[in-house]
Amino acid sequence: MRDVAIVGIGMTQFGELWDKSARNLLVEAGLGSVDDAGINGEDVDALYIGNMGGGRFSGQEHIGSLVADYAGLATNLHVPATRVEAACASGGLALRDGIMAVASGYCDVVISAGVEKMTDVGANTASDVLTAAADREWEGIVGATFPGIYAMIAKLHMHRYGTTSEQLAEVAVKNHLNGSMNPKAQYQNKITVENVLNSVMVADPLHIFDCSPLTDGAAAVILVPAEDAHKYTDTPIYIRGSGQASDTIALHDRNDITTLGATVVAGKRAFAQAKMTHSDIDMIEVHDCFTIAEICAIEDLGFFEKGSGGAAAQDGITAIGGKFPVNPSGGLKACGHPVGATGIKQAVEATIHLRGEAGKRQVDGAENAMIHNVGGSGGTAVVHILSRNR
Amino acid sequence: MTVGFVSYGAYIPRYRIKIEDIASVWGDDVKSLIGGLRVYEKSVPDLDEDTVTMSVSATRSALNKTNIDPKRIGAIYVGSESHPYAVKPTSAIVAEALSVTPNLTAADLEFACKAGTAGIQMCMGLVESEMVDLGIAVGADVAQGAPNDILEYTAAAGGSAFIIGKEGRVDLVAIIEDTVSFTTDTPDFWRREGMDYPEHGGRFTGEPAYFKHVTGAAISLMKKMGTKPDDYDYAVFHQPNGKFPVRVAQILGFSQEQIEPGLVVTKLGNTYSASCLMGLSATLDIAKPGDRIFMTSFGSGAGSDAFSIKVTKHIENIRGVEPTVQELLNDPIYLNYAQYAKHKGKIRMK
Repeated sequence: MRDVAIVGIGMTQFGELWDKSARNLLVEAGLGSVDDAGINGEDVDALYIGNMGGGRFSGQEHIGSLVADYAGLATNLHVPATRVEAACASGGLALRDGIMAVASGYCDVVISAGVEKMTDVGANTASDVLTAAADREWEGIVGATFPGIYAMIAKLHMHRYGTTSEQLAEVAVKNHLNGSMNPKAQYQNKITVENVLNSVMVADPLHIFDCSPLTDGAAAVILVPAEDAHKYTDTPIYIRGSGQASDTIALHDRNDITTLGATVVAGKRAFAQAKMTHSDIDMIEVHDCFTIAEICAIEDLGFFEKGSGGAAAQDGITAIGGKFPVNPSGGLKACGHPVGATGIKQAVEATIHLRGEAGKRQVDGAENAMIHNVGGSGGTAVVHILSRNR
Repeated sequence: MTVGFVSYGAYIPRYRIKIEDIASVWGDDVKSLIGGLRVYEKSVPDLDEDTVTMSVSATRSALNKTNIDPKRIGAIYVGSESHPYAVKPTSAIVAEALSVTPNLTAADLEFACKAGTAGIQMCMGLVESEMVDLGIAVGADVAQGAPNDILEYTAAAGGSAFIIGKEGRVDLVAIIEDTVSFTTDTPDFWRREGMDYPEHGGRFTGEPAYFKHVTGAAISLMKKMGTKPDDYDYAVFHQPNGKFPVRVAQILGFSQEQIEPGLVVTKLGNTYSASCLMGLSATLDIAKPGDRIFMTSFGSGAGSDAFSIKVTKHIENIRGVEPTVQELLNDPIYLNYAQYAKHKGKIRMK
């Protein structure tokens, strides 16, 4: 198996992009990554595209063909294009599938991308589309939506470990602070704990400011064998570890609802492949679809003891200048969460920091980054470790 | 331009319902509703009130302030989203009620909330060209708010009428210096023939609809005239809630003080086709000779009409005869949700 490197990245603005459709967004991100790597369409061996809800958001399936077509890769080049879906982990899976295609020797140049266009439907429809990431028959049909599902995780975490609403709010505050330094973020405004606690309650204990927004956006990365990377860039970023895991789809079937078993295992698999430990990691992008999700993620990835993650944002440990910077991009909360694109955006963010190009939000001297992408309430988790060093 | 307003009138039904009384039925959070909408209560029509009755009342109010001969009226246009008939013009009924028939032209207009200002533009052309002597443009609505939809909190009832005439032929209380419009095909809010309630695009009604068109028309007019927000004493914007007009004023560079007298939505709700005209009436109620007023309406579907208006000395002559908008807003009768549902015909009787 070959080592793999990222040699090009591209990303659109994340936000309510009224004038752009899914195909506009993915072509923009894709062309950005192609330009960044300095390659041509003729060089591309395969496309992997993460997208969760094209069918219900836009009445569009067959995303692989659509994207290849509008990127100019279909008509004459006939590049193979595959849509990958694992709810909110679609992007992370598209990344992993692209990595495996290159690592295996099957492909030499792969574009892994993700896109979601969420604002062409009303908020109630969007909420129901997202509920498809849960167990429709045992959770969705009886009225659970994602804020409700994560609220149950939060309730037990608070009851068992003493995590407070203020600690949840601090996660959102930190992520908005980080987002204020990210020109691509949907929300670039700073907020306070009071703002969060005074915002309308969505599903107790989660206020609206504890929840990631509906977002349009796309991101793309170019993957090549590590041995070829210097043909494309002076700063290749190497994939050192990749881990994917599944767990029960419904929250109520988990061994412990405050622990995302898929995250625990995916994280261990990534560390094992990379032959690294927690102290090697300089920054983490985790899946903060809700503030409680960030707390659980940093515990389940092993950076904090189970139950002690609540204090992390509050005590500044996960701030950009802190011991374990988490979500310097602003996370899903402030940067936004175009569902299929998030996993790829995390790879783009990590690459930017490892190249030393993150400007005001740069994690100084970052050598190794971990990115963590979850589907639903934890039915899928995929973790990657990226590094400046091969 | 030598046309302007001869007089104006407004009508608001006496009944109100408070936001919290609607919210208590649907279990909505009052604090976040009021924070999000900045509307505290809305007007509710009486059992026998509709767009026709309110148009007649508003027009009568306008005529009562002057001593012009109503027979000089050569055109009446009523703009509304709630004409009682799909076919049978409100404007003809109003004309008959005012005894100005038969020597006039009349038609009903629809362009969501800006049909009233579109009517003003039509009268301007007829009057300037001397095809008619005086024209009346009315905006009136008994707006439909679907139960448990966010619009239920703001869909209100009211009417406002403006009499348009030409300088030299009649005293004008305000001159319309210029007008410019901005129109696109933007489906932010619509109601199909036969449907009881409109549908809307949620957040799509904001930036790509209201803000794009209001700023489009406003900037276009100021550019054409070479004016700036500082050149105006007052500004009136379409008021679907208490937040949008405040935000668009900020974006364009108008101050809170400039928009305050015309911001009637907080205690009235959105009177749809009457919205801007009600705000303009409230502003004219207190404006002084020489004051300049900037107005931009918005109608979903979508479009905006922007106007630059200058008040003349004749404004003093029409004061004190009919209630002002503030007086119409005072002394309301509050209804509970059940009474409101009865007034709005939402209770199935058979």
